[in-house]
Amino acid sequence: MNITLRVWRQKGKADEGRMVTYKVEDVSPDMSFLEMLDVLNEKLTVSGDDPIAFDHDCREGICGACGVVINGVSHGPEVTTTCQLHMRSFKDGDTIDVEPWRAKAFPVIKDLVVDRGSFDRIIQAGGYISAPTGTAPDAHAAPIPKTDADRAFDAATCIGCGACVAACPNASGMLFTAAKVTHLGLLPQGQPERAARVVKMVNQHDEEDFGGCTNIGECAAVCPKGIPLDTISQLNKDLLGALATGNL
Amino acid sequence: MALKSAMAVTGLVLVLFLIAHMYGNLMIFGGQEVFDNYSHHLRELGEPMLPYAGTLWIIRIVLLASVLIHAYSAFVLWARAKRATSVGGQRYHSSKNRTGVQRSYASFTMRWGGIVVLLFVIFHILHLTTNNIAPGGPSSSPYERVVHGFQIWWVVLVYVIAMAAVGFHLRHGIWSATQTLGQNKASRQRTINLVATAIAVVLTLGFLVPPFSVLFGLVG
Repeated sequence: MNITLRVWRQKGKADEGRMVTYKVEDVSPDMSFLEMLDVLNEKLTVSGDDPIAFDHDCREGICGACGVVINGVSHGPEVTTTCQLHMRSFKDGDTIDVEPWRAKAFPVIKDLVVDRGSFDRIIQAGGYISAPTGTAPDAHAAPIPKTDADRAFDAATCIGCGACVAACPNASGMLFTAAKVTHLGLLPQGQPERAARVVKMVNQHDEEDFGGCTNIGECAAVCPKGIPLDTISQLNKDLLGALATGNL
Repeated sequence: MALKSAMAVTGLVLVLFLIAHMYGNLMIFGGQEVFDNYSHHLRELGEPMLPYAGTLWIIRIVLLASVLIHAYSAFVLWARAKRATSVGGQRYHSSKNRTGVQRSYASFTMRWGGIVVLLFVIFHILHLTTNNIAPGGPSSSPYERVVHGFQIWWVVLVYVIAMAAVGFHLRHGIWSATQTLGQNKASRQRTINLVATAIAVVLTLGFLVPPFSVLFGLVG
């Protein structure tokens, strides 16, 4: 396959940035999207150019490090992470636009790499439990309804990649925040801090300059882990409950 | 967050009002006497415990407060979204998938659609409530105001555009309010969407039946 790439190049935070066109030839349809970028980077390095910077780590779709906006869609045309997207999802001769996540809360560090520290600070604000863990308790010591366990687990699969923010027309981080709140809030270990957690995390979310959620649903549609939109409703329910009882 | 809850609650107050308003409008089919009596009755509602037009003014104040809170929250959240997406220049340069993956027309016209509705409400009050704008001639009879106005094609057109905007606004708004108030669940999602669509369609059509009936001479 021969592909034309239009890639966002930005030298650093202060640089303005621009789309730069590259031709990539002899691309195998079995290559992952990141492997295709690796091939291009090797060529750029050999010819003395600066390779394109992009984040990646496990390349198995489980770490949340990678992620770019491909043709205007977070992680591209398949609902998966960028590393699990393969070139067979494109056609020979395609022009593909590659851009970083764009949001005020995700400043570009270089090219396709953004600083997602804002997500870390939301987690720091309340995305944890402070119960002493010790050794693992007996599996049946605290019975948890199957539906709650499933829902908590579904939410816990969030890898914090940031696709939801990149896809949101308001650049809201609500799906991420809601996934963490739902994951911890439905399990017994998460109960003592449940009310305080949601308030602190939402406050931090707003402080980080994420936008407000208008329930459009683009986030859930591009989420590689399929976090459902109703987790945001769960967050709202917890938040309103916490504010109504004043039980922080 | 308080802003979003405020939008959801005031929005739902306004939806309830619209349902009552549409029901009242349909009394036009009872003829001039029925319609004018209904209009007059709104002013006598609550008498003698409340003064003349007392209930009406309470309703008006609640509605005005709702509109102001709704619009204020919307503008603050709009500004916040604008700041959140401001990255110095265009957010995304790709011309592909500009309208997202699944977002509906209703969902991304909420803000400008809301402004259309707001401008219409001002026009509508000046037209049929205060009668400062009186296409087709002013009248002290509410029935005649309606009939005079809607015999003119462009007045009907204005109302058609406005009601379409209201319909889209409600379609996404009702769904969005349920989610904001924490009432959405995967199992309820289908029902919520159906109810939101149904209310939007019924209200839009219900509001458009009287103007078209006047335009085509069925009323008047």
